[in-house]
Amino acid sequence: MSAGTAGTGTGAAGTGAAGTGTGTMSTGDRRDEAATTGSRGTRLLGLGVLVGVVALILLGFFAAPADDEQRDAVRMIFVHVPSAFLTYTALLTTAVGSVMWLWKRSRWWDIVAHSAAEMGVIFCGLTLFTGSVWGRPTWNTYWDWGDVRLVTTLILLLMMVGYLALRAAGGDENAVATRAAVVGLLAAVNLPIINRSVEWWANRTLHQKSSLTDGNLEDLTLFTLFVGIVVWALFFVWAMVHRFRIGWLEHQLASVELEAALVQRRAEASAGSAEEASL
Amino acid sequence: MLADVWLVTDKDLRIEWRSRVTLSQVVPFALTVLVLFGFALDANRGVLNAATSGLFWLTVLFVTVVAVARSTAIETADGARRALLLAGIEPAAVFFGKTLAVALQLLGVEILMVGGVLVFYGTTVESLPLLLATCAVATVGIAASGTLLGALVAGVRARETVLPILLLPLLAPVLIAASRAFDDALGVLAVDGWAWLGLLGGFGVVNAALGTLAYGRLLEEA
Amino acid sequence: MTHLGYLLAGWGVSLGCGALYAVRLVLRGRRLSAAVPAGQRRWMTSDTASVEEAGT
Repeated sequence: MSAGTAGTGTGAAGTGAAGTGTGTMSTGDRRDEAATTGSRGTRLLGLGVLVGVVALILLGFFAAPADDEQRDAVRMIFVHVPSAFLTYTALLTTAVGSVMWLWKRSRWWDIVAHSAAEMGVIFCGLTLFTGSVWGRPTWNTYWDWGDVRLVTTLILLLMMVGYLALRAAGGDENAVATRAAVVGLLAAVNLPIINRSVEWWANRTLHQKSSLTDGNLEDLTLFTLFVGIVVWALFFVWAMVHRFRIGWLEHQLASVELEAALVQRRAEASAGSAEEASL
Repeated sequence: MLADVWLVTDKDLRIEWRSRVTLSQVVPFALTVLVLFGFALDANRGVLNAATSGLFWLTVLFVTVVAVARSTAIETADGARRALLLAGIEPAAVFFGKTLAVALQLLGVEILMVGGVLVFYGTTVESLPLLLATCAVATVGIAASGTLLGALVAGVRARETVLPILLLPLLAPVLIAASRAFDDALGVLAVDGWAWLGLLGGFGVVNAALGTLAYGRLLEEA
Repeated sequence: MTHLGYLLAGWGVSLGCGALYAVRLVLRGRRLSAAVPAGQRRWMTSDTASVEEAGT
């Protein structure tokens, strides 16, 4: 609450300060120092993701066989399951980051938690979307309130959206980090309770018990699913690196602006006292 | 520690009693929502009866948002938070004290709402012990998570909008569990209400524990 | 191929969202990098951070 002035600019600062900052940057920097959050590693990783996506499309649409019951609708599994997997990976990352912020006050982990939450919202939304589009031909309905995983995931999405809204509401950097960390922990800790309550509430799940372990899937389908998870995970890492650097830059920008404000204030103060002295 | 808890509870309740916000605003709000649900469902006793438990607890959630916002406002005004910290009261005691104050107020509102439901919806009570136990256990969980989130959004500029979007999804399992337990207590559905009560208890314990751990940090810097 | 419409919708939205998000990240990163002095751009240069992220 104390530093409302310091934090107010962080959200809008990106646009506001972008023009002024370019002038201070020396033009003769090495390529690696250019104004981008990319690096050789992320470019290689990004290339890998692109190749992986092409491979996944070929495998998923042409190589993997159609299912006996679901026919070609089964091909949705290759985007749905990886998204779901990464939703929960992201939530776990946010929870770990939240603990590390509260425990060690590590800015690094705070930014990791924020980045993972943002990705969690995207993957969670995609999980729900692909899930209902898949549900229409296979269960004959877009949405089923009786399905445990579906409803649990929806509540999770709402909580993560709340997490991002809290982050976006702004304020003092440390205070925002602490608040968000507590919300991240609340979401993670309550997830089992939500899952259990939904499970009891409507004991009639449509979901395949576990497509991965029941051995019903063809080898090639399983392999393609595995490729899908790997490709999605690579994208997750790529996006995390970029998003982390953005978070770090925002953090730096906040301190740069704070410093500038301090310098200005000090100049004003000394000018004032000089005036006083001359009187 | 217990004395400190009661000190905080007593303080909050006394402030409430002097301002009479709960009595003059929150109770009418709760009853209005109940009546409006009646309009929305077209005064159809059958539908109302089947939906009573859900409507009751949904109303409680709305009331919680109002009550928590009010409980937080007491602490934000005039830097009362700092004063509480400086007074040397443990943050955990402040947390439990405020939780208890919110819970007692909510319980009062709930009792009046049960009366309202009996009159307006023509509900009959099958198991009074289950009804009361559900109110008590659910309310403690609601108050604990509400107090925690209330302290959390205290320093946020847009706290009026941020509080509900954080609190309501979190309370979704309470809505589910308390409604089913009420279904049993009101004889609407043949479910095991006491099992749902266990889930409500779990929710309360988990969130109270997290609140105890985190409340101090939130008071200090958020 | 059966259910082609559903499949295209699911895959299209998934890949489309991923691509849009990636583009947004890169653009946002460029804008922010330009605003921050070169010496402070990487988190490695900071005193608070201790760990270096993999894949740099």
